[in-house]
Amino acid sequence: MVVLLQISEPGQSPEPHQRRRAVGIDLGTTNSLVATVRSGTPETLVDSEQRHLLPSVVHYSASKEVTVGHAAYAQSAEDPLNTLSSVKRFMGRGLGDIKTLGSQLPYELIVDNSAGAGGMPNFRTVAGDISPVSASAEILRVLVDRAESALDGALDGAVITVPAYFDEAQRQATKDAATLAGVKVLRLLNEPTAAAVAYGLDQGGEGVIAVYDLGGGTFDISILRLSFGVFEVLSTGGDSALGGDDFDRMLAQWLGEQAGLENDLNPSQQRQLLMAARKAKEALSEQPQVEVSVAGWTGVLERQLFNDLIDPLVDKTLRSCRRALRDAGLKAEDVASVVMVGGSTRTLRVREKVAEAFGRQPLVNIDPDRVVVIGAAIQADVLVGNKPGDEMLLLDVIPLSLGIETMGGLVEKIIHRNTTIPVAKAQDFTTFKDGQTAMSVHVLQGERELVSDCRSLARFELRGIPPMVAGAAKIRVSFQVDADGLLNVSAKELISGVEAHIEVKPSYGLNDEEVTRMLKESYTYAKEDMQVRALRERQVDADRMYEDLLAALQEDGRRLLNDDEYHCLEMALKDLNDIRQSQNHREIARHIEMVSKTSEEFAARRMNASIQKALAGHSLDDIERDV
Amino acid sequence: MDFTSNYFEIFGLPVSYQIDLALLANRYHDMQKEFHPDRYAGKPAQEQRLAVQYASVINQAYSDLKSPLCRAQYLLSLKGLDISGETHITHDPLFLMRQIELREALSDLREAEEPFVELEAVAQDASSQYVELQETFDRQYHQADFDNAIETVAKMQFFSKLLKEAEQLEQELDN
Repeated sequence: MVVLLQISEPGQSPEPHQRRRAVGIDLGTTNSLVATVRSGTPETLVDSEQRHLLPSVVHYSASKEVTVGHAAYAQSAEDPLNTLSSVKRFMGRGLGDIKTLGSQLPYELIVDNSAGAGGMPNFRTVAGDISPVSASAEILRVLVDRAESALDGALDGAVITVPAYFDEAQRQATKDAATLAGVKVLRLLNEPTAAAVAYGLDQGGEGVIAVYDLGGGTFDISILRLSFGVFEVLSTGGDSALGGDDFDRMLAQWLGEQAGLENDLNPSQQRQLLMAARKAKEALSEQPQVEVSVAGWTGVLERQLFNDLIDPLVDKTLRSCRRALRDAGLKAEDVASVVMVGGSTRTLRVREKVAEAFGRQPLVNIDPDRVVVIGAAIQADVLVGNKPGDEMLLLDVIPLSLGIETMGGLVEKIIHRNTTIPVAKAQDFTTFKDGQTAMSVHVLQGERELVSDCRSLARFELRGIPPMVAGAAKIRVSFQVDADGLLNVSAKELISGVEAHIEVKPSYGLNDEEVTRMLKESYTYAKEDMQVRALRERQVDADRMYEDLLAALQEDGRRLLNDDEYHCLEMALKDLNDIRQSQNHREIARHIEMVSKTSEEFAARRMNASIQKALAGHSLDDIERDV
Repeated sequence: MDFTSNYFEIFGLPVSYQIDLALLANRYHDMQKEFHPDRYAGKPAQEQRLAVQYASVINQAYSDLKSPLCRAQYLLSLKGLDISGETHITHDPLFLMRQIELREALSDLREAEEPFVELEAVAQDASSQYVELQETFDRQYHQADFDNAIETVAKMQFFSKLLKEAEQLEQELDN
């Protein structure tokens, strides 16, 4: 008791209701944004020239100087090989995936086949080989800096949005980029869900919402039901390699043909064509025709011709919409509102066709570029604890099925697409040979039946199974998907108790050493910064744990713990608070681990108490209903 | 994990095949508002981990109770009759005939002139039989006629699968 009084002394513990600094970040294919909630209102943050959008473009110079955003974009025509844009399309992808993005990529791609390199291709630039993850980290860093100067202090965390249709590898790559940029990820949030939050809270609408999200490089469709503050995603679908950039490419190809430039375009010509195509596309949203002058060709482009060029792509998105509706068990007429998100929904043809498909005019009243990041900022504000007692809750789904390889190269699905997360599932398998002592577990993601048609996420082995006749062993494979949509897999032989566990690092992801290596090499941090950063991060963790546990102790400690247990936890907390002042990040980490162990039982009792309360709440309701 | 209540208890509902789906959805939202990991963002890390587990159980409970087939299987499993793992095969000759007919109808669709119209007809037929079986199950379960209830669930499994195949076919035709 005495100890608790001591450690609660004013001035020693952090202010309990101090507002935490949290932001939403939309890391887009074409543009990125950052937003925060200030005095209850979400707002996007601007740069020193009052611009909201940061072009997702990174330029590398021979002197290893990195520029991001508008300045980098300005270099793209004259220095295309060293100016990386649309990097999001490369996140978590292998060379095979990227080839399907079209042959006109103006980059030199390098695949490092050495062990542990991950297999994600790198861009060869004058500043060395740059991975998509580190280029994305540069963009994130600029946004974080912008937010930290606007909020006047270090961030407590960020919600980063990802396309709903991003698979495990793409999500993990995004999280790796955040780690590299030194920002704590509160949650990876699906872009359409974020948009629904911004829209739903703004309009106060209830019922079924369809969010049609066409960005620069990705397309998502999500069907949600909004009821009393709960956003429940019913289904999601899309194409993580289809977006407005493809409209540009279609048009650029046509322009190239008109200008007689069909084969062997150099990167600079490709850029010129793409930039002319984008300008023409944007003009056609305002006017029925546009004069184009590129590569020595001048002519008039009619909107109708542009529409004909992009219709096959738009139709592809509409097929995804129909599938998402089917998955949700709904018809187009059940949808109360259709929300348009992403810069590419400015294209008039897209709006026309979506209106036709859903039989109603889509809503375009919130800036399609900003709606996602605003939703992310609102969620960040809730997650960081600035809005206790808020009723808003997001229930999201996993976009693609997860399974494991079985005999004959087939995939046995364990978690089906559109299952609400978090989710845990287990399935039992057996050995197929007498005396088999090991089993290889191959984790896959996708809807197809053949292993070769799905994305390989990870392989691991369960060894030490005692020899038995074929079919006698019982191997339980458990999948746990957390609220970020990230997967953990473990396998256990039930008769012997042999266990294997893996945190799935997708084949195209980075392992921890790689992240560390990239951190060391990154231009953002000099090596001496590493120690400082590690210390600061551990201190933030320690403070967080101290505050959270102290609050829990004050709330329930006396009720749920006996005197010994109570004092034991108190002491551990006091030690943590003392050690936090030290300059040794390893020592702090060790104490965090220790407090975590000590508080395990307390956590379990608190959760149980909550369950009892929640269950009792039902019976009370029943009584009230009966009366 | 100490989350030992059965799925019905989690949502404060009576253990029964007939279920108030709207009430179930409300209770589900209430429980997730309590236990979703987002609610534990400011809580100790241990509780955050537990919240992931609890929210997973609540999600599983909701999706099982929502589905007419899974709810039937779950009710039988509460009686110690676990048939969800393997496909229980029915020996009702009439049903086997119907099964073959419906499968053929579905596979002939690809060559049909109006595949969407015919697909709709097959799906309608299958859903109405599926609903009938649900009523049968409810009666049998109520009368504690578990042998026949198991047989009915096996038939429901067939229709549930057929309806999923019909959806997949619709999607294929759409592409």
